[in-house]
Amino acid sequence: MSDPATAIVHPGYGTFIKVWVALLALTGLLVTLSHFGQTTAVWGLLILTPLKAGLVFYFFMHLRYEGPLLKGVVLITLGTLLIFFALLFADVAFR
Amino acid sequence: MSTPSYLVDTGPRKGVAAWLTTTDHKRIGLLYLLAMTIFFFGAVGIGVVMRLVQLTVFQKLVTAQTYNALFTLHGVVMVFLFVIPGLSAVFGNFFLPILIGANDVSFPRLNLASWYFFIAGALLAVTALFTGGGPPDTGWSFYAPFSIKTGTNVSLAVFAAFVLGFSSMLTGINFITTTHRLRAPGMTWFRMPLFCWGVYATAWVQILATPIIAITLVLVILERVFGIGIFDPAKGGDPLLYQHLFWIYSHPAVYIMILPAMGAISEIMPTFAKRTIFGYKAIALSSIAIAGVGSLVWAHHMFTSGMSEFANMIFALLTMIVAVPSAIKVFNWVSTLYKGAIDFQPPLLFALTFIFLFSIGGLTGVMQGALAVNVHVHDTYFIVGHFHYVMFGGTGFGFFAALLYWFPKMFGKMYSKKAIYASWFPMFVGFNLLYFSMLILGLMGMPRRYFHHLPQFDTLHVVATVGSWFLVLGLLMFFGTLLRALFKGGQAEDNPWGGVTLEWTLASPPIQENFEAIPTITHGPYHFEKEGQG
Ligand code: HEM
Repeated sequence: MSDPATAIVHPGYGTFIKVWVALLALTGLLVTLSHFGQTTAVWGLLILTPLKAGLVFYFFMHLRYEGPLLKGVVLITLGTLLIFFALLFADVAFR
Repeated sequence: MSTPSYLVDTGPRKGVAAWLTTTDHKRIGLLYLLAMTIFFFGAVGIGVVMRLVQLTVFQKLVTAQTYNALFTLHGVVMVFLFVIPGLSAVFGNFFLPILIGANDVSFPRLNLASWYFFIAGALLAVTALFTGGGPPDTGWSFYAPFSIKTGTNVSLAVFAAFVLGFSSMLTGINFITTTHRLRAPGMTWFRMPLFCWGVYATAWVQILATPIIAITLVLVILERVFGIGIFDPAKGGDPLLYQHLFWIYSHPAVYIMILPAMGAISEIMPTFAKRTIFGYKAIALSSIAIAGVGSLVWAHHMFTSGMSEFANMIFALLTMIVAVPSAIKVFNWVSTLYKGAIDFQPPLLFALTFIFLFSIGGLTGVMQGALAVNVHVHDTYFIVGHFHYVMFGGTGFGFFAALLYWFPKMFGKMYSKKAIYASWFPMFVGFNLLYFSMLILGLMGMPRRYFHHLPQFDTLHVVATVGSWFLVLGLLMFFGTLLRALFKGGQAEDNPWGGVTLEWTLASPPIQENFEAIPTITHGPYHFEKEGQG
């Protein structure tokens, strides 16, 4: 569309490839961590997976170009997920 | 020439074709109403059959396996096809845009698509009854490991629920966007009618929680087809994970059911008290609080499951907290009546019935929230009594109250008030005979989902079954009266109740575009000229 308000400058393929390489590296790291026992694997998953998802949201799904409202919506969603995780651990970690 | 109402076909298509391709939010609301009424009565029929089976003379009416299928089907239809779409799908669609001064929702085509997802899900659920291993027998909760092991057609049934979830999420997205983007000039957040707050808070729960059940149901299918082992301890999985995932959605789902009903009650009370609502902001924000805290109490369904003691304590505490915003609403509704000029009409009668029945449901909920009591009443008829008070007494009667309130606006016809009062009596008496007996039976130790019962429970089972007959009689009279009004009712006035929110400024029924010119809002929603004077 030629509407100037919605026109966005797309990053070049270079950025996408860099993000892709970062995603591959993070996946590699996750797999490596899974060899160091369950606790390390779970913490690795909890920290690195949101990071990976964040990269996908930010670059591939164009969150970067959105206004504060949509960014806020995504943050609320992630925050909710985090709270769900914490409450699940109230069970799993204390069984 | 006056502008035709939305009920008149003005486009190239006529009749059924026009309805099935409509993108008018009002027509889509009615499409939901029609489909949901049919599903509701189907499931009521199953409920009555289950009650008959509990009479000693009809013990052999169905086999044990059929009984399992009956309560599953009854639960699935009532939950996924009636109370979850509930007031949002019907009245949210019809009235949200009107109440905020808009001509339609943000995404009208997506809205129609949501209805098609809903119908597709329903058709898949019906197909599941007659294909594969026959009707599912797991209960509406599809608990693992039984849902993984049973030979009945669980895979298709959960796929049906998966598709229904899409309908719910898309509606949620539509309503959130509509509320943010399409409010009329001057319609600030705190000038919105409280029904909009209810629908808005619900929409958030719909989009945040529904994906979780969608994924869980896919996991059930994967487990059944490929034996991936995520819920199987033998393969390193955890059956309690299923219960967690299921309730992370299904508990907030009870707020998806109840919040719009609470919103409708908040519209009805000021209109018939002829004064502004007591504690507008408290009610509006308590909707958000219920949606928020209500999403964090899911594991109170699992106190006896073997979950950790620590989690039991946390969830019991959170459960007590969620009762607070609900109680705030109840106190505010009752206070609204104080010093009002009460105009007693059928919608108010049903709204008061809602408050009474929902309070019993809520208070029995707090009882179960206490860990020690829960161990005693878990999986008994107490639970069945409790959730019928909340879902039927709450959402069901809220739905009826909303229907009575807005019927003249939606259809331009007025029903016989006497006939509605007459239907209320058997409904109310039957309801309490049926479900209060269940509460007592549960305390006495009658387990839920049991085909037959021990002799000591006989008397109360008879009372409950007789109650179900009264209830159904009342329901038939109620819907019969409305049906009669549709065809033979007199023309309704534009504002039969003296309401002051935007829908009452429109013709009954409204024109296609809702507003000839988008209104400018200058004050809050319940602005009566002379407070409490009528
Ligand atoms: C005349 C109306 C109704 C009657 C006679 C009725 C009766 C029953 C009976 C007998 C059971 C099974 C109890 C057991 O053996 O454990 C049941 C379960 C259930 N009912 Fe109803 N009910 C009615 C309306 C409703 C409504 C309006 C809703 C929801 C809005 C509802 C939701 C459920 C659910 C979710 C279950 C649990 C199913 C399961 O255990 O999986 N019912 N009902």
